[in-house]
Amino acid sequence: MARVVVDVMLKPEILDPQGQAVQRALPRLGFEGIADVRQGKRFELEVAEPVTDDVLARMRALAETFLANTVIEDFTVRVEEPESATEPEPAVEPGSAAEAAGDGARA
Amino acid sequence: MSAPAAVPERPDGSGDLERSVRIGVVTFPGSLDDRDAERAVRLAGGTPVALWHRDPDLHGVDAVVLPGGFSYGDYLRCGAIARFSPVMGPLVERAREGLPVLGICNGFQVLCESHLLPGALTRNDHLHFVCRDQRLRVENAGTAWTGDYRAGQEITVPLKNGEGGYVADERTLDALEAEGRVVFRYVGGNPNGSRRDIAGITNEAGNVVGLMPHPEHAVEALTGPTTDGLSLFTSALKRLVSA
Repeated sequence: MARVVVDVMLKPEILDPQGQAVQRALPRLGFEGIADVRQGKRFELEVAEPVTDDVLARMRALAETFLANTVIEDFTVRVEEPESATEPEPAVEPGSAAEAAGDGARA
Repeated sequence: MSAPAAVPERPDGSGDLERSVRIGVVTFPGSLDDRDAERAVRLAGGTPVALWHRDPDLHGVDAVVLPGGFSYGDYLRCGAIARFSPVMGPLVERAREGLPVLGICNGFQVLCESHLLPGALTRNDHLHFVCRDQRLRVENAGTAWTGDYRAGQEITVPLKNGEGGYVADERTLDALEAEGRVVFRYVGGNPNGSRRDIAGITNEAGNVVGLMPHPEHAVEALTGPTTDGLSLFTSALKRLVSA
């Protein structure tokens, strides 16, 4: 079982009123200095077969035709390796800055 | 309760041709305004035909209305799942061949998701659900659904949506304007942040029209703010009778 992750974000030029509402709420909660928030969607597709290039291409087609509306949204498709199969990583506190930085580096 | 108002028979039988025109109304899971759309078709003088989302057969109808509501709970994106309903296969095919199709609110969203119309509908810029009587200007009286209006005419029909902001890239918007494909424009304040105050558009051929406001709720004095919406339905009937 492999996991294919599809991230969908509104294109930069499309107004994101939900993200703006989140951003405006931040100072009230004591989080200063966050200039912008964009809200997106993440899909986790559990694939029964090995993720070959062919399978990945089909997942990409699925994302393009269904999961994202490419008129207003961009998407990325990537394979997430099962944790047991990867090298043990340095322990990261859930929600810590290190994890956030690692997540942001995927693109 | 009395039975739904019947359109008075005309003594000369001139309504018979219209009555023979069959306009399908698709019901998706979560459709709300299918019954009102059927009623509007009947009041306009046509014969409504209920179409079911899982039935890939248009049953020989002469036109189709995709009604308002929240198909599939608006999950994923409004209209995104309805677009892949079995009924949409033949509908998209026939629409490309010229079948008159009207998408109202959620129906407009389905038409955009199906790429029968360009652009997309997004969350209202102020994030609130809007429900009000809305003034519109008819910009194009040449489509299959607007022949009974005059270009420039102002009408008032209900508007009710949370994701009614019409967006498209600048090139598409410029093309829509240049080709006269903006059919309805909001007047007296933009209710949802739609680009260029666009409330409704049409395809190149003018047979497919989508709009966010609800003309089917403005067909009777008793329940609507006006009867301005009826002309969309009479327009299609006239077009089909004379075709």
